[in-house]
Order: sequence, then C-alpha cells, then structure tokens
Amino acid sequence: MANMCPYGRFTHAVVRGVPDTFGGAAGDGRENEGAAVDLAKARRQFGCLAGALRQKVGLQLIEIPPDPELPESWRIEDVAIVQGDTALITRPFRQQRRSEAEAVRRVMSELGLTVVEMEGERGDSGGATLEGSDVLFTGREFFVGVSSHTNRRGAEVLADTFRDFAVSTVPVCGGARLKNVCSMGGPDTIVVSSSDGAKKTLRMMEQLTDHHYEVLSVPEEAAANCVYVRGPSKRDFLLHRPAEECPESVSAFQKLQDYTLLPTACGEASKLGASLSSLCLLINRKHSHF
Amino acid sequence: MTTEAGSETEVKENAEESAAPPDQSEQAKQESQEVANAEGEEKGKEKEKDGKKITRYLPTWFKKQKSQSQTSPTKDVQPTEEPASKATEEEEGPVPEVNGHAEDVEEKEEVKLEQVKEAEAESHSNASTDTEPAKEEKVEEGAERSSDETKKTKEAEGGEEEKKEKEQVEAEGEGGDSQTSIFQSPLRLVRKTKMKVVVCHVALLDGTDFTCEVEKRAKGQYLFFKVCEHLNLLEKDYFGLTYKDNHEEKCWLDPTKEIKRQIRSNNWQFAFSVKFYPPDPSLLTEDITRYLLCLQLREDVASGRLPCSFVTHALLGSYTLQAEFGDYEPEQPRPLDFISQLTLASNQNKEMEEKILELHKSHRGMTPAQADLQFLENAKKLSMYGVDLHHAKDSEAVDIMLGVCANGLLVYKDRLRINRFAWPKILKISYKRNNFYIKIRPGETEQFESTVGFKLQNHRSAKRLWKVCVENHSFFRLNAPEPPTKAHFLTLGSKFRYSGRTQAQTRLASSLIDRPAPSFERTSSKRISRSLDGAPVISITEAGRDMAENGREPHLELHSDSKVKEPDLSPGDVEGVPSQSPGCSEPGLPQSRLRVHGDNIYVRHSNLMLEDHDKTQDEVLKHQASISQLKRSFMEAPPPSPPQPNQWEKRLTSSPASIRVQQQQVVGAPQTEAASPDNTISKPKEPAKTTEVEIEETVVIQEVSKAAKPGLVTVTIASDAEVDAPPAEEQETQQDSAQVEEEVAAEEVQQGKPESVSSESESEDEAEYQPEVSVSISQTQIPEEKEEEEEPEKDDRDKGAEEQVSALEVPSLPAELSHPAEETIQEEEEEFRKEETDAEEKTAEKEKESERETEESTEDPMVTPDEAPDSPTPPVETVAAAASPAPAEEEEEPKVNGEASLVEVEPRPQVICCSEPPVVKTEMVTISDTFAAQKTEIATKEVPIVHTETKTITYEAAQLDGNGDGEPGVLMTAQTITSESLCTTTTTHITKTLKGGLSETRIEKRIVITGDCDIDHDQALAQAIKEAKQQHPDMSVTRVVVHKETELAEEED
Repeated sequence: MANMCPYGRFTHAVVRGVPDTFGGAAGDGRENEGAAVDLAKARRQFGCLAGALRQKVGLQLIEIPPDPELPESWRIEDVAIVQGDTALITRPFRQQRRSEAEAVRRVMSELGLTVVEMEGERGDSGGATLEGSDVLFTGREFFVGVSSHTNRRGAEVLADTFRDFAVSTVPVCGGARLKNVCSMGGPDTIVVSSSDGAKKTLRMMEQLTDHHYEVLSVPEEAAANCVYVRGPSKRDFLLHRPAEECPESVSAFQKLQDYTLLPTACGEASKLGASLSSLCLLINRKHSHF
Repeated sequence: MTTEAGSETEVKENAEESAAPPDQSEQAKQESQEVANAEGEEKGKEKEKDGKKITRYLPTWFKKQKSQSQTSPTKDVQPTEEPASKATEEEEGPVPEVNGHAEDVEEKEEVKLEQVKEAEAESHSNASTDTEPAKEEKVEEGAERSSDETKKTKEAEGGEEEKKEKEQVEAEGEGGDSQTSIFQSPLRLVRKTKMKVVVCHVALLDGTDFTCEVEKRAKGQYLFFKVCEHLNLLEKDYFGLTYKDNHEEKCWLDPTKEIKRQIRSNNWQFAFSVKFYPPDPSLLTEDITRYLLCLQLREDVASGRLPCSFVTHALLGSYTLQAEFGDYEPEQPRPLDFISQLTLASNQNKEMEEKILELHKSHRGMTPAQADLQFLENAKKLSMYGVDLHHAKDSEAVDIMLGVCANGLLVYKDRLRINRFAWPKILKISYKRNNFYIKIRPGETEQFESTVGFKLQNHRSAKRLWKVCVENHSFFRLNAPEPPTKAHFLTLGSKFRYSGRTQAQTRLASSLIDRPAPSFERTSSKRISRSLDGAPVISITEAGRDMAENGREPHLELHSDSKVKEPDLSPGDVEGVPSQSPGCSEPGLPQSRLRVHGDNIYVRHSNLMLEDHDKTQDEVLKHQASISQLKRSFMEAPPPSPPQPNQWEKRLTSSPASIRVQQQQVVGAPQTEAASPDNTISKPKEPAKTTEVEIEETVVIQEVSKAAKPGLVTVTIASDAEVDAPPAEEQETQQDSAQVEEEVAAEEVQQGKPESVSSESESEDEAEYQPEVSVSISQTQIPEEKEEEEEPEKDDRDKGAEEQVSALEVPSLPAELSHPAEETIQEEEEEFRKEETDAEEKTAEKEKESERETEESTEDPMVTPDEAPDSPTPPVETVAAAASPAPAEEEEEPKVNGEASLVEVEPRPQVICCSEPPVVKTEMVTISDTFAAQKTEIATKEVPIVHTETKTITYEAAQLDGNGDGEPGVLMTAQTITSESLCTTTTTHITKTLKGGLSETRIEKRIVITGDCDIDHDQALAQAIKEAKQQHPDMSVTRVVVHKETELAEEED
C-alpha cells in the first residue's frame, strides 16, 4: 500500500494546550475521580512532552491553543485518527467533547490531510462512537478496543475509512482504554502491560493478526503507554513514563536496542485516565507512495 | 497424439470393416504400415516387423494385441502424445493436463528422452525408432488440434467408440493387424464427428472471450488447459475456471470432474480467474503471470471485492495507466473518461482521476512489467487481498462473513475482523448440510479442542466454502508434495481434495521455467479507444499461441535434458510434478511428462531376454543365479493345475464380473494389448465408475468374442459353464459391493479415504477435512458426520478389511472388497499355466511376498489357485481374500480370485515369462525420472492406499504355441488393486524355454495400472518399478506405455 510503511515514521505532532479548566470535569464528576490535579504540574509535564517531540525527536510541532470551554481538549488523540493522508474525525463518547474536533479539523486540513467526518458523511452514524485512545494502529492494521467509549459501530466507520487495512476489534477489560494497556514500542513491537486484562486483550490481538509482533511486557499498566517515533534523524525514540512514575518498568525499556529513551512524566494527566499518547497526534506528511 | 489417433482410427476402421477377411487385414496392415512410415506417422517399421514376427507365432488373438502393441510403441516412446490423443479422443479430463499444455513440447521432450534411452540401451531400439516418427506425428497433431477441433470431437467420442473399436478388433481377432485396418477405413472419423462437442465460452481476465470446443464429457482440466494454452500461461496453478451454478453462485470448476456434471446446465459459460492469490507476487516467475494477476486485481478493485482507500485506488490506477499506456504524455492528456474506464473505480470521480494522472506522472520510465509489479506490491498489502468471502451466520444467527485466504479463515462482521483461525490452529474442517464446522486446536492453556460452527445459506454454500477451505489449505499450507502426492491413492478421483499442485510445488515448478519471457500484449479494456495495436484481442490470441509454441520448446528441452543428465534433480521435480492435477503447470510438465510416458512398463528380468542387453556379464550371472533359485523353489512348490487357470481366464475374460474390472478391461485391455506387444505395464486411465453397467456389459461381450477367436482355446474350455453363470451374479454383486463399500467408507470415518469420503460427502452434503494432518493423507478425514480423530492407519486397515468383510456378507461381492479404510487391500491371483513354471514362480512369489508382507502390514488376500478352480464363485474367493488380511502367504498360494477380475484378462502376447511375485503396493513411490527410474532408485513414501478394492485375477497367459519350444511354462500372477479410481494389475510371466539344450528362463512382469483420470501415472509407475526392482534388482524397464481411454458411460449424467 501506498500508505503502508513501518510504524513510527512521523513528521508532525499536533498537541493542544492544557486549559485552565484542566481537571474540571466536562460534565461529570471529575473531581470524584480521586486525587486532585495540579494544573501547573500538568502544564509542565505537557511542556516537557511537547519539547521532547520537537527538540529531541525532531518533529514539527503544531500546538493548538487551549480552549477553556473544552476542559478535555488536551486529549487530542481521541479526536482524530490519522493514517497516511487521511484523518478521521471521531465521534467521542461524550457529547461535550465533540466540539473539540473543530480546531483539530482545521489543522488537519491545513496539513493537507483528507479529512473524513464520522458524522458528516454518514448522518446515520447514530450511536457510533470512537475515540482515538481505543485505536491502536500498528503500521499494518488497526485494532479497535471495544470499550466504554468506543463501540462496534465506531469501529466499522474506522474500517470503512481506512480500507487498506484490516480492522480488528478486541475487547478491553476493566473499563480501561485500549491504549492504556498497550501501545506501539517499535515498528513491530507492542508494549503491553502484564495485567490479566491486558494479556487477554493481547491474546485476542495475536489471534486476529496475520503478522507477528514482538511483545514488550511491562509490569506496570501505566508504563504500557508509550510514544514511539522514528524521527527524521532515522533514530528510534521512545517516550515512556519515567522511573519515578513506573519504577519497575524502566528496565524493560532499556532492553530496546539502539533506542533513545525519553522519560516523560505524565502523572497529572494520568490521574484523569490519560497517558502520554493521549496528548499528541502524530502525523506523517512525507508520504511516499513507493 | 497423432499416432494414437491414427491407430485408433485404424482400429475403428478395421472394426467397421471387420467383415473383411483377416488376410486382407494383414495386407492392409503392411500397406498401412508403409503408409504410416511414409507419413512418418507410423513409428517404426522395425517394430511392426518384430510385432509381425511375433504375431505369426501367436494366435490371432495375440496378434491383435501385438498389432496394437505395435501402435503402442509410439505411445511408449511418446507418452505425451498418447495422453494428448487420449485426452482428445476420450475424456480429456485426466490426460488433458499433459496434453493441454504443450503437446508439441511434450512430444519433443519425449523424443529426446527416447533418444537418450536408445543411446543407453539398445533394448529400447524399438521404442527409439518409433519415437522420431511419433514426434512428427505429434507435431502434426498439435497443429491439427489447434486448427481442427473436429478431430478431437471425433476422437472424443470416447468410450463408446473405443468399445466399438475393441469389439471390432476382437471380432476381427485373427485380423491381428488392427492397425492396417484402421488406415483403410475412414469410418471411424465419421463416427468421431458424431461426438458431441460443446462450445465453451470462457471470459478471460482482459475482458475478451475465448471460445473453444470441447467434448461434452471433457473434464474441467481439459478446458482449463486449453485456456492456459491460449493465454500462454505456464504458472497456471494459481488460476482456475469458474461457472455459475443454477443458483447464480460462482463455483470453481473441478478439473478432475467432467464439466457437464458440474455445470448442470446448458450454459457453458466460464470465467478464467485467479484462484489462489500469491501472497508474494514478486516470486512469480513470469511477467505474464503477474499481468494476469493484475488484470484480476483491477477487476477486484473496481468491483469492490477488494476494498481499498482512495489513495491506494488512485495509485493502483496510475500503475495501470503506466502499464497500459506507458509514460505520461503531457501534450496528449488522456481524457479522464478514459482513465475512469481503465481504473474502473466504482466510486470514481474527477478527483480520483486527477490523482491518478498526478501519480502517473511520477511513474515515468517504468516498464509495463515494473508497473505491474508495483501494482501488485501495493495490492498485496491490502487486507482483503486474496480473501474469498462467504456469507454466513454465527451461532447466534448474526450475519458475518467468512473469509478464506492463504493464512486461514477470517471472520468478519461488516468490515470488522472479529476472529481469525489460522490454518495451523484448525484441526478439522467439515460441513453438514448448511452447517460449517471448524475444530480448533486447543490453546496452550486449554485442554480440549473446540468446535466452531457457522450456518450458511444452504448446503451448497456450505459445501462450496468447505471446498474452498480444503483447497486453500492444501495449496498454501502444504509445502511439500506430501498430501497431494502421497495422498495420491487416496486422493485420486476424490473431488474433495485439492488435486492441483501446492504453492510450494508450483513455485518449484516455475523455477524450472526456462523459456524466454513470452511477449504478450496488454489489452486495455475494450472501452479504451486507444489500444496498442488496434485489435488487442485478436492480436493477443495469436501472439499467445505463437508464444506458447516458441516458449515451450526451450522449456521442454531443458527439462528433458535435465532429466536425462541429472536424475538427481528429478526428485525435486517429481515432487513438484506429482501433480495430481493433470493440469499442472507446464513448468513441471517436463518431468511429469516423462513419467507419464507410459502406462506400460515392460520389465525384463532376465538377460536371456532377447531384447535386453544392457546388463553386464556380472549382472547376467547374478540374474541367472537368482533365476535358478527361483526355479528350485518353484519346483518344490506344488504345481498348480493348469486347466483351472484357463477356466478362470475365460471367466475373467468373458465375465463382466466386476464393473470396475470390466471397465478396465474395456478401456484398458484393448489398448494394453495393442500397446505392448511384449509386455508392458499399461496404466490405462479409466474412469472407474461403478455406475456404468451397460457399458460394462458391452465390454463383456467383446471380451467373450476375443476369447473365442484366438487359439487360446485350451485354456478357456473347461470353465465356460462356470464362467457364464458368474457374470450376471458378479455384476450384481459388484454393484452391491460398491454400495456396501461406500457405506463402509462412510462408516469408517477414520480411515479417511479421500475418495470414498469425498463421494459420500458430496452426495450427502457432508464432508470433513482435517488440515492438520501433516503430510500423510490420512490426516484429512473425510468422514461425513463422524468426527473421529485420526487413528493409526494400519489399524484402520485391518479393521477396515475386517469390516469390509463383514459388510460383504453377501458372498457375491468378491471383487469388490474394498478397503476404504486404509490403504488398499490387495488381492493377488495367480494362475499357473504350466506346473513347472508355476511352481517356481509360486515359490519365488511366496518368498517375495512374504518379505513384502513383513514389510507391509497390508495383507493381500491370496486365493490359492487350487481353490480358485474349485470355487468358481467369486464371492467366496473374495471373501477369503478379504478375510485373509493375514500377511499370510499370498504368494505361497497362488490363488485365483474367484472374482474373476477381468482386469488382467487381456491376453498378452508375451512369449516367455518368468513370473515375478505379485507385489502388493502399500507404499507410494515417487519416481523422479520415469526413465531414470530404471537406473535410479525411486524414493518411496509410505502411502496408505485408501479405499481400494483388491481383486486378484489369475489368467493364463496365452500359450506361446508359436514358439513351440519345449515347455513354455508360464506362470502368471495377477494382482489387482482396485479403487474407485485406480486399479493396478501386475502380471508375471515366467517362461522356461528349452532351446537347443539350453534352458532360458524369462521373467516378464507386466503391470497394468488402470485408473481414473486423476491417477498419477508417474507415481503409480514409479511404485510399480520400485516394487519390481526390489524383487529383481537386475530387471530393466523395457517399456512404459500410457493409454488414455474415454469413459464409456457419461451420458448417464
């Protein structure tokens, strides 16, 4: 496929700043989720991430200014799914989040991506919900976690949008999101937590795929979410949770040969159920058809 | 082809002219021979002469055979020709493979081979001489074929005509020289014209139509080969023909079955398409193959069968443009409608067109072949590439799609993949009615295997899905020739198993393709006004043909050379070739062709043989020593009663006893006789169908007439009464037995005989297939409902035998003993003409057999000759045979099967025969080189012979009165292994001759292998040779003749 190349070749990263309303629930009792969030710390962490992507990894960074009206808009990953030249604007589970897409859509268009609307083209998408945190793209295929936020109909829309690829649905246990338990750690490597739920999901993925992936198992669930980028410099970068957040998993990442490890804290966001990958959209605009 | 055709025609003519006195016929013969020589059609005068000489000695009856045999030499020399001719004449189904591809090429190869052989051994001289003429003839034939279908049709008349011919020949009997007669009368041609020919329309991938005429009874293979020939396609294993059934469902045309029976309608419309999408098209050898694959994928994309994204669609379209039109020319922008038609995007719009053009610009400088390759490299990555979708419902009645692909079975709901079963995880695939089941191998943490069921629309779709699964699994999953090759016996004739080559085999075969890249024209879709040559279609066709001829030759040559020079190489080839599917691609052809050569193998054991002289003195000495031993042992053994055997012979000849057997006789006998004057192993391919009773009956009559004519009198006399009675009974019994067998097979799930199972499954809408079973055929269980797991085949054998026996309660089923379960049960019957010889042979045979038995657990029920005469009733004998799985001494007691298997009945003109022990074939042997086989060892694989019926028939060899030498003691052992599709008869003649005080002992072994179109001649041949070699290391293969015969009763359908 024209669009098929090893996972990790990105040129751009799109992020969205942390609004003042960070932590303020978009309707439901976010406060109830537990620990109170530290806005300043969250912004620092966000800044570190953005800096790492731009300066260390070398991506073109596009930062969308925060919108106080959209307290969760920093979770930009959920809003769009980008593969190749196509960006699918998703339909998040929460109604309040659906307006987050406007700014993202604009950026996608500016980047020359073909924007596909989940709702627009198919007005009947009624009921279809899809969030990027439930979508794992491996470079060869999509796995969609059918979770509390993403349903099968949403996955069908995804499949219809990215027809070149197999789209498999996998169950996600425990109310988590697919990307909470696994992520790409390399072109053929899946980082997965060693929890039972994650193992179950992984088994299903292995059953459904035609390809073979290396599996990097990490003891802590939070560590399972990483950001892998093979930057313009042809080096492998892995953004992962630092030792202070996931002390037991660092050694696992160090097994990766010739990687540039970029410990990136994400403690505040993770209090809200997000993780590293939630904060950025990775795009490859140097697509080669050959 | 030509030669055979000619001979057949001659025969027919003779038959017609049968009224003519024999003398005339002889004259005619000579004349005809001359003519033939002049024409180059006749193979060798020498042979004919020899034959004549022999014939003089022999009774008229034999003469006939000889005459035919004379004809046969060509066959021997050029096995390919025969197959082709057979195919054309009869049911081209099985043979077509060889024929279909490059008849010409094959011929050439054969010729080369023959030459080589000649060089090696003088003994082959006859063959060699014949060969050259044959070549010419073949070439001519090839031309004729292409041009004249009428001939084919004529020939195609097939079984009926052949029968007629046979009858006629027999009637002429004395006329001995059937060949002559043939030339005289054109009647046959007329008859041929009568043959029903059907015009087939095949939609090709480039949108053109290919029209060709095929005999109504032709098998799928034939048509497929015709198409491939037209396309000049060598790597054809990836392709297939489809048709629409009565329900407008697209079905794959089974190459091994008659077309007519599959389409079940008068709509002879087919489509040529890709059946197995190569996962890595870059591994294809030829550009033309990739081009065809591209055409298929373009259509797949355009039709939406192969979904892809906008970008991918545009990219594929741009490669298509590059391939069809070359570089983008800015000054001459092509109209967008042009492109749109070309790329055929279902959702095509201007944006797409612009994108396509944009991408097209970037392909500048790319050759068409490169563009195709890029196209494929992109297309192959699509997730639905090569996935064959079938509608189904899951256990909860939810609509899903089942996708069969190279890797396994995919389950989709809408566009989402919700499950996947890789082939290695699937233990068994089965269907029952409209239910489709897969049994899943237990996971690491699971203890029990699970079965997943899906509901399909109806039983047809379930069966279709099942078949596709079986084929895909076989093609992609089985690397080695294992299943197909070895499964050979089991697989033959069964519709349910994949009959073609596996991907591994076809890759191997294509790696051997050594022809210059064929040039072909790319036809853009008809809509496109701009075509390279204006009339793409026509040009393509012509070009293709030319290419084919040109290309083939080199290719063939290479093969032949390689074989000759390097026997070692052959094994690989063989594997590739094992091609159960005749259609197997040409790449493999060379090998296969070589093997195919002949059905008839003439094995000479003794140096004394007039003809053979390859052996060194040492070898001769050894041989003599061995012979002397044989004699001793033989002498010691109780002499069999000569008269009885005769009776049996008559019986066999006259009695229609076993349908199968009869068929063989009908089809095979005449040919065999004609083909091999001396003794050859003829493997006529017969459509073994029990159903055709009428035909058989006819055959019987013919046989009877034969018996009467020749001077064989002595033998036949006593038994007539007995003989007469049995036939009717036998027939009935046979039928019954057939049924019983089927039942048994059904019952014996484990035995997993593909054929039997397959037949059942089809009829019953149920079938099972166990992909897991690795190499061995046994793995796949076809049993209908039973989900039994694999059991040790050996056990099954025994059980099966026993079961069968029990099943056979009816005594009348003698011949029909079928050992569906395991491998084959073989019964050997031996008749002794002359006590001395017989005795010797017996001992020898016993010894050998005993050895074999030890080796092979399979029992060959032997009927003692004594018993045989006593018990004329076939059933009893058969029972005994069946019952005596005990390795016991088949050989010890040369027994005549009561069944009176007609198979061997054919009178053989052999003069001197040393009997060799009948060999039970337990193992499949693969011969790398047919010819090489003589000198090279043949690798054997143990292949359980599946549902086979073993019948042993003893018949007396015609007494060589002509020689009149002292006592021609002839011991003949006949071993017949019959399965639905395959019948192997081994006859051993031991002749002791006193000449001028010197005693010569000759052992001639004739192996006749008769079977369905599906039979793998090569394997059978290889096995036969191997067995013979085991027994007689010194033996040499004198002749291999392949005969093809048409099915007699096809109309039934």
